[in-house]
Amino acid sequence: MNMATINDQITDEIRKEARRLLKTGEVAALIGYAAGSLPMTVKPLVVRCLEDCERLVWNTFCVLNLATYLPEVLSSVETPYDPRDPRPEEPQAKVAILATGCWSRNIVIQIQEKRVDRERVVVIGVGSRGMVSRAKVKALFPEKDILTVDEGDHELVVHGADFTETINRWAVVRDNCQTCAHPDPVLVDIRIGEPVSERKNPHPFQQVELLEQRSSEERWAWFTAEFSTCIRCYACRNVCPLCYCPTCFVDDARPQWLGKSLDAVDTGLFHVLRAFHCAGRCTDCGACESVCPMGINMRMLTKKLNKDVRDLYGIEAGMEPEAPLPLTTFPLASVEFIVADLAPLPAAARIVQPSSEGDESCKHG
Amino acid sequence: MQTWMISPVELDGLIQQWQKSYAVYVPALSKPATAATDCAPGWRRINAGEPWTLPVGPTPASVKSFYFPQPEILMTFHLEENHPDKGVMREPLKSHEMQVVLGVRPCDAASVLLNQLPFTEDPLFMAKCQRTALVGFTCTTRLSTCFCTEMGGSPHHCAGLDLALSPLQNGFLLEVLSEKGETLVAGCKLVPASESDLAVLADRRQGQGATSSYSSQLEVLKACALSRLYDAPMWQELGEACINCGACTFICPTCFCFDMQDEVVQGQGRRIRYWDSCMFPLYSQHTSGHNPRGKKLQRTRNRFLHKLKYFPDRFGPFSCVGCGRCIGDCPVNIDIREVLNDLVRRTELE
Repeated sequence: MNMATINDQITDEIRKEARRLLKTGEVAALIGYAAGSLPMTVKPLVVRCLEDCERLVWNTFCVLNLATYLPEVLSSVETPYDPRDPRPEEPQAKVAILATGCWSRNIVIQIQEKRVDRERVVVIGVGSRGMVSRAKVKALFPEKDILTVDEGDHELVVHGADFTETINRWAVVRDNCQTCAHPDPVLVDIRIGEPVSERKNPHPFQQVELLEQRSSEERWAWFTAEFSTCIRCYACRNVCPLCYCPTCFVDDARPQWLGKSLDAVDTGLFHVLRAFHCAGRCTDCGACESVCPMGINMRMLTKKLNKDVRDLYGIEAGMEPEAPLPLTTFPLASVEFIVADLAPLPAAARIVQPSSEGDESCKHG
Repeated sequence: MQTWMISPVELDGLIQQWQKSYAVYVPALSKPATAATDCAPGWRRINAGEPWTLPVGPTPASVKSFYFPQPEILMTFHLEENHPDKGVMREPLKSHEMQVVLGVRPCDAASVLLNQLPFTEDPLFMAKCQRTALVGFTCTTRLSTCFCTEMGGSPHHCAGLDLALSPLQNGFLLEVLSEKGETLVAGCKLVPASESDLAVLADRRQGQGATSSYSSQLEVLKACALSRLYDAPMWQELGEACINCGACTFICPTCFCFDMQDEVVQGQGRRIRYWDSCMFPLYSQHTSGHNPRGKKLQRTRNRFLHKLKYFPDRFGPFSCVGCGRCIGDCPVNIDIREVLNDLVRRTELE
């Protein structure tokens, strides 16, 4: 364990690259992680000066999706201008961001949805070896206070006041990482560490399929039990790079779609609608599930929709910046069809297969 | 007030005694359902003889919801066309039965006293204080997220409790601390605590780790000019990392902000008071559209300055008991202890 681990080496490289990027002025800010105050935690950190580069870390507990911060950090380094005036024309400062497979796919979606200007982003790609679920580790040590966790390449050494135990790292890697097929970034400007090969994953939707096989009563029982503990803190929504409506539907007052307290119907509706808003856009980064203070597995809903979008449109979100978004793009040829005939969904969906004729496509903002 | 020595078997008998007259609640260890329970989320009612265990450290959920339910129904009304009561606001029936909350930690007991300060004129909150008896256990284990001593509390304190149980080798020292506590032990044959047992308790309360000099250091924040804390550069970094979810405020035993609203479903209405969070942009949104705390940084800063400056300015003590729940559950690891250290360092630089 005294040897530098893979992640130690990646940390060194990230710091070196951050210093270079900031020193040369290539970027005005870099979005990364700093060490957390508790074992198995990290803090998102926006580095704007050379001294802060030394605070950057990379480890197996980086469970947030840094793309969430990208639009805000980009606007923070823009030349200030009056919102009534046109945007300044001069080139704006760039922002560097660390990205694994799923985070890079979210950056692709941000580019597709015109939230982020590709020219202003420097993607520092890091292949993900799978991030560890703090909840899974804690569950192995019930009623124990974990004081430190040392990370090796394939094992974690967990220390408490009266115990030290070595556990297999992969066994506590998050479910979404274990079933991930694209751990390597799809968009890379600067590569850190070795590329991680695509995983030949035979069962990417195994958990969803297990749920699908149950009867509707059983699925309803699962749904009501799973979401019954929600406290409506909206950590899942706020941590998600896909959720950026200026006013979320749960916060709308006119009309008010949802009650404000803990009614089971309201809570269930929030989760279902949130998931649908992510359909065709979710990269299964797992941030929602990782941050939930109540340990709710809301990722099953988005994962189910990822499966549907793959089956209906043959698309995995965020794989290509040039590809159209499956649910906000349709070829003009399909308009007549949609109006004329409300055919069963799969048939309609086949027509909406991405069109090769770019000029035939309409886009909804 | 009297202190007794009670064995685990006698304690079980006492709990069964209470269950004949009162609802008794204990911490739920599995995932606490927030919906469709008859009590505060994170707690469960136990029947006579039902086993229960006390988790190490603070209970998963604080006792806040016993006093400040999410939501609280203030009024009910009917809007159906031909309803004889149409448009008349009625108060829902209130229970006056005593309820016993068993397994409360000293930090949570202190939080109830703190929350009574802003709610002192609130009849709903105070009525629940009247009918809720807190039976607590002093702590023998300090978790890595615990910092009650830094906030002026102690793992051995019993302020706010009606009965306090302190574990000894072969039983518990039972302190009766209020009239409600006396009611709970009335008629029980208990053995008074011996001098040596009392000495053990006194030692614990004065011994190492029972208090922290840091709490006196924190007092400088109360004297420090608000602008000095308000303009601290650290808010930039904290505000940038914060995702403005409401996790910290909802799990916090001393966050007590609420909003009110009428909900009407098919002509039947209820006026509810429900939890709000200063982390949410809508919290401070004005009707005009202006938001005085429109930025993340401003909202993050508000949460901490409310606990450490505005609340003490108005009521005296800090609005934090050091239970550490927010530290453990913050999605981006914002650690209030680090915020405190940074603020204290800033005042020391003056």
